[in-house]
Amino acid sequence: MSVRPALAHAIEVRDLTVAYEEKPVLWDLDVDVRSGALTAIIGPNGAGKSTLLKAILGLVPRVAGSVSIFGKPLSEDRGKVGYVPQRSSVDWDFPADALDVVLMGMYGRLGWLRRPGRTEREKALECLEEVGMRELAQRQIGRLSGGQQQRVFLARALAQDARLYMMDEPFAGVDAVTEQAVVETLRKLRDRGKTVVVVHHDLGSAPEYFDEAILLNVRLVASGPIDEVFTPENLHKTYGAGARFLVAP
Amino acid sequence: MTWTEVFTDYTLRNVALGSAILGVVSGVLGTFAVLRRQGLAGDALAHAALPGICLAYLATGSKAAPVLMLGAALAGWVGMVILIGFLRRTRVDPGSALAIVLTTFFGFGVVLLTVVQKRPDAGQAGLDKFLFGQAAALVQDQVVLMAGLSVVVLVLIAALFKEFKVFVFDVDYARTLGLPTGRLGALLTALLVIAIVIGLNTVGVVLMSAMLVAPAAAARQWTESLGRMILLAAGFGATAGIFGALWSVSQDHTPTGPAIVLILSLLVVVSLLFGSSRGWVWERVRRHRQSGVGA
Amino acid sequence: MSGALAIALVAIVAGASCGLAGVFLVLRRLAMMSDAISHAILPGLVAGYFFARGPNLIAAFLGATAAGVLTVFLVETIVRMRRLKEDAAIGLVFPALFAIGVLLVSRYFANVHLDTDAVLYGEIALAPFDTWNVAGRNLGPQSLWVLAGLGLLNAGFLYLFFKELKLSTFDPGLAEILGFRPGLLHYSFMTIIAMTTVGAFSAVGAILAVALIVIPAVTASFWTTRLPVVIVLSIGIGAFAGLLGYGAATAIDVSISGAIATTLGLLVGGSALFAPRTGFVAQALLRRRQRWAFAATALVIHLAHHRGTDAEVEESRLDHLQAELGWSSDEVNRIVRESEEAGWTIREGDRLVLTETGARAAAGRLVADRA
Repeated sequence: MSVRPALAHAIEVRDLTVAYEEKPVLWDLDVDVRSGALTAIIGPNGAGKSTLLKAILGLVPRVAGSVSIFGKPLSEDRGKVGYVPQRSSVDWDFPADALDVVLMGMYGRLGWLRRPGRTEREKALECLEEVGMRELAQRQIGRLSGGQQQRVFLARALAQDARLYMMDEPFAGVDAVTEQAVVETLRKLRDRGKTVVVVHHDLGSAPEYFDEAILLNVRLVASGPIDEVFTPENLHKTYGAGARFLVAP
Repeated sequence: MTWTEVFTDYTLRNVALGSAILGVVSGVLGTFAVLRRQGLAGDALAHAALPGICLAYLATGSKAAPVLMLGAALAGWVGMVILIGFLRRTRVDPGSALAIVLTTFFGFGVVLLTVVQKRPDAGQAGLDKFLFGQAAALVQDQVVLMAGLSVVVLVLIAALFKEFKVFVFDVDYARTLGLPTGRLGALLTALLVIAIVIGLNTVGVVLMSAMLVAPAAAARQWTESLGRMILLAAGFGATAGIFGALWSVSQDHTPTGPAIVLILSLLVVVSLLFGSSRGWVWERVRRHRQSGVGA
Repeated sequence: MSGALAIALVAIVAGASCGLAGVFLVLRRLAMMSDAISHAILPGLVAGYFFARGPNLIAAFLGATAAGVLTVFLVETIVRMRRLKEDAAIGLVFPALFAIGVLLVSRYFANVHLDTDAVLYGEIALAPFDTWNVAGRNLGPQSLWVLAGLGLLNAGFLYLFFKELKLSTFDPGLAEILGFRPGLLHYSFMTIIAMTTVGAFSAVGAILAVALIVIPAVTASFWTTRLPVVIVLSIGIGAFAGLLGYGAATAIDVSISGAIATTLGLLVGGSALFAPRTGFVAQALLRRRQRWAFAATALVIHLAHHRGTDAEVEESRLDHLQAELGWSSDEVNRIVRESEEAGWTIREGDRLVLTETGARAAAGRLVADRA
């Protein structure tokens, strides 16, 4: 069990068990996410990476265990967590342009009845600028490439101005430009003191992009600074015998 | 007939106003229904209203519009709950679930209709007319009721616009923002049921699905903004309502409901082909040019 | 043939024929297409009347079937333009066709009795009056022959193209590659569906036609997953509902079509609630059982996790479990009982101790679930 002071943890997961009717499942997970770090959740397909993310966000029911975010249960202040879902989770045919989607990031802060005004639009445009998408602000989201759509999601997360970001596979199926934009955004967020947790599936790039890692396969295999966690033994435990093919020499 | 008669002729005014109100409300709620892929739910819920109308009459003995509308709305709501139950708790596909709710409720309603007709006071039957639209018989009280309901619907949509928008676009994200997504969904469904009940009275059960789907489908071809799509859909709905009413009143043997629906269908065809945003013709032209350049 | 017998027979044969037709329609997730067809055939009936210059069974049948196929074609064309989703396309096409039908009826046939409301209700009670007479001999109700013929047509089509239909339903891509021309097969199938709908519609009304086509197949699929059994059950359920609905309607003197649709609804509702394994109750019980089983497994995995560590004593105390695992004291009692019955844990004072069986269960579960 961790001996670090509680305040240093953005997320504390205790004895978390999540079980759907079928897989994927998580068993008795204890894990802490260090505040102000970039953390990757890593594991093979079906290991429960997205499930962990959603369980932390309260989007899937728990069988047992507890999650606290900055020392409090999630329900106390939901807007403080910025969620970047998988790209496949929404209907891109929806009548909205990039700017509309980014503005959604500020809906929580605006509260009931208030509409986004000029201040919000300017802020949203700045966020699009940060991910190199300002000139595409007026484009319908379905007419953006996969990478551009991902960057719109990132801009929305920036606009939300949360303390903690949870991102589900932001690198999946994107072009090199977007990959670079995502990495830069992650670093920028860290430099502003934010905590970022990312579901990631590329072992090769993980040590370069992230400070910490959570290795997962149904249960926790290891967590901590990525250099300490990425040992051949841990990777073998996570991926089985296939691990050596996954890490480029 | 002249334009001014719309404002002076009692029948014409009621029909045109009633149809326009329905056009606006169903355009607005139809937009959300189409985006939630519930285009056919309107059809199922409209049919599901029949037993509610019959039970409301059997319980109260009254044929007053508000009583029957309340019965219709409650039955529609129960139908929706059963529909959602099928979708969440069984492996029945959405189309089959809709067909089950639609036919069972309507069939039970037909049974109840025969029960109503057997009652000694059956002279005042004809409940089914409530279901098949009687725009031409709209009276002022009904139009006032419709207007009142639609104001409630529109005010709620305007007040919760951004919440509904993010809810329809991405439920999970809306939940992480702290929005009560369960209640938002239930409210949107309740508003849809109100629109349907207004429509039953005017265009009838079969044509109701077009009243919901067509304005939204046409509007979608002209814009990429949800706000503008809603305004356009309301505009299309109102236009079709007014012109359908004029058409039907000015010509013999032209029922209002089908007249409105045909105008709406025409709007959809034109929009699908020539809509400024997604028109099919423009895309063909673009592709043709591109292939011309390539060759 | 007596009137009552004729009506009962029409109800049973309609149920059996539609029940058979509906199996692949439901499997192909096209149930609402039958609803669309049942409404859209109105202009087809009018066209048939127009071309034959009067009421003519064959012309009406051809016109209505053509309108049904047109409905399918229009919906699929709109979907293929990729501007609207399928539900919206269906919701547009059939009201438009129905509106054209109503308008034509009220304009040109105002004096002919073609009540558009009755089109929806249907009145099977009229079946005995419309008899088929050949060379002066009364062969019984016309609709009985039509429905029986449609049943045979459906059976013949299924018999000839069973494997092609099955393949193109479950894997259209593969069917295409193997050269089965799923498009042609699809339109042939939908033509037969349109004909069945038209036939049932003229005997029992639009809404009951849809109920008879969709509901038996859905009901059957709650009770078995084997396709041949689904087909046989679906036919049987359709016929049974026809008979039962007819009996109930005559007993309490209400609409027969309505009573049959209600019976079908009760059958599918009952199956959805009570079918073993797939029913709502069975599923809810299973979920509850699984929840406790998962929780008990979570408990032993938790204990195994801390076994032999410094924190073991602390982590295995009952009150600690309650706090850390987020369970209420009732839940803890239930879960502990569950794991004690499985022989996974024993109680020592205020602590829980893992047995060897429990440790093996925990380790086994973790290995089994690994990705």
